[in-house]
Amino acid sequence: MKQLTRLGADLRVRPAEAADLGQIIAIDFEITRKRKTDYWYELFHRYGSGRGRQRQFLVAEAGGEIQGFIIGEVRDWEFGSPPCGWVFGISVRPGARLAGVGSRLFESICAGFRHAGVDKVRTLIARDNSLVLSYFRSQGMMAAPVIPLEKDLD
Amino acid sequence: MKLQISTSLALYSVLEFAAKSEHQISAADIAAKYRVSPHHLAKVLRELVRAGFIESTRGVGGGYRFSGNAKRLTLMDVIELFEDIGDRKERNHQPGASTDVGRALGVVLAEIDEIAKATFRSITVGTMLKLIERRGPGPDERTRAASKRASRG
Repeated sequence: MKQLTRLGADLRVRPAEAADLGQIIAIDFEITRKRKTDYWYELFHRYGSGRGRQRQFLVAEAGGEIQGFIIGEVRDWEFGSPPCGWVFGISVRPGARLAGVGSRLFESICAGFRHAGVDKVRTLIARDNSLVLSYFRSQGMMAAPVIPLEKDLD
Repeated sequence: MKLQISTSLALYSVLEFAAKSEHQISAADIAAKYRVSPHHLAKVLRELVRAGFIESTRGVGGGYRFSGNAKRLTLMDVIELFEDIGDRKERNHQPGASTDVGRALGVVLAEIDEIAKATFRSITVGTMLKLIERRGPGPDERTRAASKRASRG
């Protein structure tokens, strides 16, 4: 518990830099067990290093290490909805959880969205992903007035 | 979406105990606040004690105290002690369930149940306490506070 408290004390959230990609890929691999190097480089190219107010790729750093990251963007009139912030990626190093890293990342991206002029944030989570669903719920998120639909293409 | 009375009572109780986790609360206080039968509530509390979500203390000033982990205990953990949301066996025994229409309707109802279960699984007691705080006192609490103020002065 001591380690977690210390982590919270010197935690800093900032825009992701190219030099962070190695740690970001490692965190993602630790959680998903899938190595997606090209995907992360492509994502960084589109969202990294302060690409304007609309797109955000943030990392949480403590003790000289990346502890987690969050990615999102403002989407205008998607599905007929007024511009709002969308979070489509978040990960926290398993050893750094329950220390406020996820909350700091979420607060920071929301601040960025507010700065971009929107007053709502949304995300989309697999129904069986209870861990991430619980995390977003604990941040005060509620069910949105949209229903995702899908169909098998045979 | 409607929960059985025992399930609702269990959720009310767990949230009351968790909101005041430092204190012991008597079953009578909960029964009075929610206007429920103390006998029915006692049965529910026994189940919650058995599950380890609350603990009871006997003697003067005795009552119940929250003993779960508010950051981990979900609404679903409490609900499934008392009922099975989307009990397929029960649905399959309903009249018409094995007709073409009944089976198609079953698919839609199962979809609704899955969404309900995912929602209950995703909300912890800690998250609920934050939600309760954000929404502020309900009409019952406001009435109680007003009558307390009136009786004082």
